[in-house]
Amino acid sequence: MFKWGSDDFSWVDFTIDVLRVLIVLGVVVGAWNTLSSGRISFAQWVNLFAAGLSQGSIYALIALGYTLVYGILLMINFAHGEVFMAGAFSTVFLAEALNRTGFLNEQPLLAILLMIMFAGLVSMSVAILLERIAYRPLRGSPRLVPLITAIGASFFLQYTFRGLYGSGFKAYPGVKALQGVIQIGGVSIPVVQIFVFCAALLLMLCLYWLVERTRIGKAMRAVSENKEVARLMGIDIDWVIMFTFGVGGFLAGSAGVINGMFRPQGVNFYMGFIPGIKAFTAAVLGGIGNIPGAMLGGLFLGVIEAIGPNLVLAGLGIPGANQLKDVIAFTMLVLVLIFRPQGILGERLSETKA
Amino acid sequence: MKRLCVFLMLLSLLIAFSVPSLADGHCMDELGCVEVGPDDPVVIGAMLSVSGATSFYGEDSLGGIELAINGRDGMLLGREITLVVEDSLCTAEGGQAAAQRVAADETIVGVIGTTCSGAAQGAMPIISEAGMVMISSSNTSPSLTNDDRDAGGTYLPGYFRTAHNDLFQGAMGAQFAVEVLKAGAVATIHDGDPYTEGLAVVMANTFAGLNGEVVFQGAVSKGDTDMSAILTEIAASGPDVVYLPVFVPESEFLVSQAANTPGLENAIMMTADGSFSAGFAQNTGQPAVGVVMTGPHVAGEAYDEFLMMWADEQPGGTEAPPSGFHAHAYDAANILMDAVEAVAEEMDDGTLVIGRQALRDAIAAVENYDGLTGSLTCQEESPFAGDCATGTALAVFEITEAQVNEGAWPPPIVWDLSMSMMDE
Repeated sequence: MFKWGSDDFSWVDFTIDVLRVLIVLGVVVGAWNTLSSGRISFAQWVNLFAAGLSQGSIYALIALGYTLVYGILLMINFAHGEVFMAGAFSTVFLAEALNRTGFLNEQPLLAILLMIMFAGLVSMSVAILLERIAYRPLRGSPRLVPLITAIGASFFLQYTFRGLYGSGFKAYPGVKALQGVIQIGGVSIPVVQIFVFCAALLLMLCLYWLVERTRIGKAMRAVSENKEVARLMGIDIDWVIMFTFGVGGFLAGSAGVINGMFRPQGVNFYMGFIPGIKAFTAAVLGGIGNIPGAMLGGLFLGVIEAIGPNLVLAGLGIPGANQLKDVIAFTMLVLVLIFRPQGILGERLSETKA
Repeated sequence: MKRLCVFLMLLSLLIAFSVPSLADGHCMDELGCVEVGPDDPVVIGAMLSVSGATSFYGEDSLGGIELAINGRDGMLLGREITLVVEDSLCTAEGGQAAAQRVAADETIVGVIGTTCSGAAQGAMPIISEAGMVMISSSNTSPSLTNDDRDAGGTYLPGYFRTAHNDLFQGAMGAQFAVEVLKAGAVATIHDGDPYTEGLAVVMANTFAGLNGEVVFQGAVSKGDTDMSAILTEIAASGPDVVYLPVFVPESEFLVSQAANTPGLENAIMMTADGSFSAGFAQNTGQPAVGVVMTGPHVAGEAYDEFLMMWADEQPGGTEAPPSGFHAHAYDAANILMDAVEAVAEEMDDGTLVIGRQALRDAIAAVENYDGLTGSLTCQEESPFAGDCATGTALAVFEITEAQVNEGAWPPPIVWDLSMSMMDE
């Protein structure tokens, strides 16, 4: 904080403090206006929150890929959205086939597990190839180089998949077992949203177990801590890095299938772009390089996106509030970068990592 | 004296530049000419959205153009036809960039495009300034053929389209909602694109004019997948009809998620030609049953033959057209090529000379052209300046189980303007 007349006074701090007050004021006034108008009922708020949580858990799964790679290589893999697309787009054909044979509705759990495995494997292969071909030769070069390569790889993957499967939109078939709603205290929540949340949570727990409780997880942490020392301890760094990309890819691919259950439409070669950016935002929100941070960031972003426009923007009388959903998401990113650059859970990064 | 000399020199230079006919002897056209040497191909341009999320619209039109060219065995006036495709994306900037590349190429006689109305707004000033013609097969925004700048019109000479004007389509949606659905309250959604926004506004205004109440006007963003927030808000406003003239896949998300939104169980979803494709019904699944949509009514033997030709030749590698404007593109390409045939003059040395103004006039004079999309007559008066489609080739369709489960397309027609109780 500053004191008038003291030597410490700085206009930057002052502006940021004013900004802070204005934002809090805007949120409070907007929320107050909306809530006091009673335009949206309690049940509807719960619905929005649940939808946001489901969307958020998909962001979180993708965000983990960003954070894992950043944690180990300190690079942003901007092609990660395309890794997600690769799994989701490829598996739509498997899903259609399973639906035609009737297997999807007879054994929904088994069929979805099969789809997740398939999508995970496709995305994993794409991620590993990406690392092997596009990033490994550039290891040790200035940090901008792999970043630009990632953007190039992203285009390459998009248009490769367009060549493979065409440019039209596809959709996942509906799973009967996931349709319908569950009544909880007078509020009806779609089954599919509960499924999405639980599936994502399960995958995240698996990841947590992998990183914290297994030998390879320990190796990943060691490489993330200090590559040279890890090498001296006999850890095969190349293998660990490849494994990390593979794990991130698997999570992205499974997110593709889970997303297909939640939002079946819109499957095409371009579908990875926006979730990719959102997940990156989520990773930064939570603190990039921090695994629980990415999970929390994803959920947080999903909920803010779902509730923010109706709660704050509509309350402030801003027209077309729903169209500004992305504005809320990216404003969050800017705000976090201003007020808490290390993210919600991130530790203050040392010079070498930041 | 010296001043006069300079003045005369400048004047003569000006005349020499503004009337190229005096300079090269061949061309008598006020806008200049395209000259095609004896061994050169006739070059036709296309500005289409061929990359990004909307690329299938561009591919759809591109297929129509290619089939039109193949229908002439790739030859025009004894010369090969070369098609130059520029990517106009679905944005004003994309249209502008594509138009600049096209305008810089003096061999291009005319252009088919753009795909999106937004891109046309960027492209039109450049194409018009260059003295060229552009015929769009899928722009439907009313502003493009309106020259009243105060009313948001952007029309410039040289612009034509074979797609219908949304003044017809939006009004038709409103009339259907009032007369057949007996709706009293409507909610509209657009996605910020001039096409969707224009359509939503025309529909809302017509609906209000028919004593209906517009209870919600909102927007989603392109690329949104989660529509729960806007649908919750719409449900709170209690409409009978939700009018969502947006593109796929946003319309697919809206319709499928509306089915799970409490309060919208009885609302009828109505969409427009941006979603007019077999994929919409199949991708949306069961919630699509009962959705009504306005769209181009293209039918008849010639169209069936066209579809068979498409299945044979598979332009772009697809077995069936990926969207709903391929027939319009086919007609647009044929109108352009017919006009080139009509105005081209062959010189003694075998050079073809195509006057740019003459080409514009020839297209503007098209009357009762028997195209795949119906009888086309190009109009000259704003707000329909450059409109070649009449708006009668439109109908209201209703999606049934057959579209969702068997992929049958198009859906059955439930209404058209001839059934309206009102006089136009």
